Amino acid sequence: MKQAYTWSAIAVIVLASTTGDVLLSRAMKQVGDVGALWRKSGPWTVLARVLRNPNFLLGVLAMTTAFYSLLFGLSWGDVSLIAPASASLTFVTNAIAAKIFLHERVDHRRWMAAILVAGGVVLLAA
Amino acid sequence: MTFRKYLVLAGVTLCASIGDSLLSRGMKQIGNISLNHLPDVILAVLNPSVALGILLLLGFFASYMTALSWADLTYVLPATSLGYVLLTLIAKFYLHEAVTTSRWLGVLLISAGVGFVTQGPALTHHPPKAQPHEQEYEPAAARNQR
Repeated sequence: MKQAYTWSAIAVIVLASTTGDVLLSRAMKQVGDVGALWRKSGPWTVLARVLRNPNFLLGVLAMTTAFYSLLFGLSWGDVSLIAPASASLTFVTNAIAAKIFLHERVDHRRWMAAILVAGGVVLLAA
Repeated sequence: MTFRKYLVLAGVTLCASIGDSLLSRGMKQIGNISLNHLPDVILAVLNPSVALGILLLLGFFASYMTALSWADLTYVLPATSLGYVLLTLIAKFYLHEAVTTSRWLGVLLISAGVGFVTQGPALTHHPPKAQPHEQEYEPAAARNQR
């Protein structure tokens, strides 16, 4: 039963954090290079641009869901299983989502990494 | 990639790993949270380890957002993969959790996999279809400032 709870928590974390990552990445690309913007216009401009971006707010909402799922999960299982498993599976789903929704160039290196990471997750869960 | 950008990626890695470990220690101190007592998960932030973990995760969030402003999502995530190694070391030597050989192999496989990605470019360059819009926008913004 503990295993079922742990893997349910991992599934919710992966779904929520992939949604959040894609939305946050889109938001930050719309904001632009934070370092350059900071030097040019100051921290308040950076903060205002980020906080006014709707994708950022929706991304934070999704990440909050992922965070509380992580809190639940960590109270039931080992940190060395839940944290790497959810983060690694998120990496694989992010590669797919980034290609579809962000139009990132996911080349053979990045797909190879996704396969190796998936294998690593299986070993971590063993 | 500049030295400052590598520092930002290091910030993402360190804050996430140490923050997660502190959250784990805090949640273990609190014990199991029942679905019938959901407010307990809100009150969990009063635990010092959970509070410090949340502070570090805020640091992670700031550096992660900064990295995403100049690099692809599929670059930033693998580039910060050393966190898996660090997390396992923390789990083994600080939280005293059992880390089996297969888990160590899993960490190695993940690190090797994500190592592939960091050899490629950090950002996908899209066709500059947005430029005409920006060129129209910038003079308008400049006029407003005057």
